[in-house]
Amino acid sequence: MDPSSLQQSPTAATPQAAPIKMRASNVNFYYGKFQALHNISLDIATNKVTAMIGPSGCGKSTFLRNLNRINETLRDTRIEGEITLDGEDILDKDVTEIRRRIGMVFQRPNPFPKSIFENIIYGPKINGMLKGRNAAEIVEKSLRRAALWDEAKDKLHESAYALSGGQQQRLCIARALAVDPEVLLLDEPCSALDPIATAKIEDLLVGLKDQCTIVIVTHNMQQAARVADTTGFFLLGKLIEHDKTDVIFKNPSKRETEDYITGRFG
Amino acid sequence: MSTSAAAVAKPKLASKRLVGGDQVAQVFTCFFAVLILAVTAFLVYELWISSSPSKERFGFGFLTSRLWNPVTDQYGALPYIYGTVLTSFLALVIAVPLGVGAAIYLSELALPKWSNALTFLVELLAAVPSVIFGLLAIFTLVPIMRDYVQPGLQKVFGNESFLFGGPTFGVGYLTAGLILAVMTFPFIISVSREALMAVPREQREAALALGATQWESTWQIVLPYAKLGILGSVFLGLARALGETMAVTMVIGNDPGIHASLLSPGYTIASVIANEFSEAGGKYYPSALVELGLVLFALTMIINGVAQLLIVLTTKKGSAKA
Repeated sequence: MDPSSLQQSPTAATPQAAPIKMRASNVNFYYGKFQALHNISLDIATNKVTAMIGPSGCGKSTFLRNLNRINETLRDTRIEGEITLDGEDILDKDVTEIRRRIGMVFQRPNPFPKSIFENIIYGPKINGMLKGRNAAEIVEKSLRRAALWDEAKDKLHESAYALSGGQQQRLCIARALAVDPEVLLLDEPCSALDPIATAKIEDLLVGLKDQCTIVIVTHNMQQAARVADTTGFFLLGKLIEHDKTDVIFKNPSKRETEDYITGRFG
Repeated sequence: MSTSAAAVAKPKLASKRLVGGDQVAQVFTCFFAVLILAVTAFLVYELWISSSPSKERFGFGFLTSRLWNPVTDQYGALPYIYGTVLTSFLALVIAVPLGVGAAIYLSELALPKWSNALTFLVELLAAVPSVIFGLLAIFTLVPIMRDYVQPGLQKVFGNESFLFGGPTFGVGYLTAGLILAVMTFPFIISVSREALMAVPREQREAALALGATQWESTWQIVLPYAKLGILGSVFLGLARALGETMAVTMVIGNDPGIHASLLSPGYTIASVIANEFSEAGGKYYPSALVELGLVLFALTMIINGVAQLLIVLTTKKGSAKA
C-alpha cells in the first residue's frame, strides 16, 4: 500500500477534543495524472485557527482549495476521499451553498473592479441575503469585522483599487465575511503584504475565530506560530503531522517536521 | 579622471563598433511612428484640398441636402450618411450579441483545444475578402431575404409598417446590415475572447468562492472586468462596418434616397464612391465624391472620439485598469 498511510498515525489527525467543523478523510487529489495529495486525513476544530505549513508545492494550498471545492473549477482534476462540513459530505451538497458557508481569501488581494460598497454587497446579493436587511448595515458590519471600517467609511463608493494592498486584502476578508461563512479559508493571505499590514491581518484572524472557524495556509512559520491553535505540516503532498501549534514547533514527533521547523530545508 | 575619459570615449567606441543599437532603434522606430502621423495628415490634407470646389459651392448644405444629381451638378450627402450609419448600426445590433456570446463560450466554457480550433476558424473568416462575402450575399442571402425573410417580416409586422414596409427586393439596408454583421463579428469574437481570457483567474474564483454560479461569475464579474476590451472589439467592428465597400455595394440596392423601411434599398458613402468615381467628370462631381470621403473620415473620427469618451466616463469608477 501507499507508504504515506503508514506515516500518518491516526491520533495525529485529532490533536484536541474540540468539536469538529470539517473533516477530511483519506483525500487524494490529482492534477491530470499528477497526484498532488496523498491520503490526507485532517480534522478542523470549530472556532479555532488551523494553520497549514510546508515548503512550496507541498500541497497545502491544493488541500485548502479542496475544502470549498474551488479546485473543481480547474480542468482535468480529480478528487478521492471524503470531506465533511458538520458531518455532511460537501461533495454531495450544492456547491454554491458550500461556498457560501465556507468563505475564501486568496493569496493576492483580488477585489472586484467596483466600489468598496459593491464589493462587499456582491456576496449577500447573489445569495439572496439582502431581503429585509439593510445593505448599508451589512457593509458596515463586515468592514468592522475586518477592521477596515475606520479607514474605508468615508470612501465606500470609491473604487476598491484606491485602497492600499493591505486594505484591499482586508476588504477581501470583509467581502468573504459579508455572507456569514461558518469557515474562512485563507490561502497565504499575507504573502503580498508588508509586515505592518500582515500584523493587522493576524490580529484580525485571532479576533475572528470566535465567530468562525479559520483555516490558513502560510509560508511563514512565525505566522503559524502566532495565530494558529493547531498546525499541520505538509510535505510532498502528504500530511506529515498535525498537532497543537506548540507541539509542532517545540516538540514535533516526526523527523521531517523538525527538519523543516529548524530550517534544515524548505 | 580615468572614469570621465572613459565616459567621453564610450559613445565614440560604441558607434564605431555599430553597437549603438539603442540609438539606432530609437531613430528608426521614431521614424515609423512619425510616418503614421504623416500619412494620416497627408490623407486629410488631400481630402480637404481635393474637395474644396464642392465645399465652396455647397457649404454645410452638402451635409443636409438629399439631392444627388450629376446632370444638374447638385450634390448632397445625407442619404449616404444615413445609409452608412443605419447599416453599421444594424450590423452591430446583430453582431455584438452574437460575437460577445460566442466569445464567452470560447473563453469560459469550451475546452481549450476546441476553443483554439474555433478561434482559428473565426480568424480565417475575418481574412475572407469582402468581395467573396458580397458574392455569397448576392447569390444566397438576397434570394433568401426576398423570398422568405422579408415577406415573413411583413406578415408579422404588416406590409405598411414603419420599419418593414414597402416592396421586397431582397437588397436593401437590412441585407447590407446582415452581411456587415457576418463580416464584423469575427473581429468582435476574437478581440472579445482575448479580453475575457485576460481577466485574472482570481476574479472568477473570488466570485465563485462567494457562492456565485458560473453564470453569475461570468456575467457579473468577468464581463464587466473585460468591458474595455469588449467595447474595443465593438468599435473595431464598427470601423470595419462603416468603411466596408464591396460587399455592401453589392447588396445595398444603390438607391440614393432616405427610407425608414429597413427593407428598402439605400446607399452608403463607401458604395457611392466606389460606384461613381470612374464616371465622375467635371469640376464638382469628383470633388463631391472626395468630400463624401472626408465625411466618412470625420464620421469615423467622431465615433471613435465618442468611444474614447465613453471609456473614460465608464472607467472613472471602479476601473479594471486603475
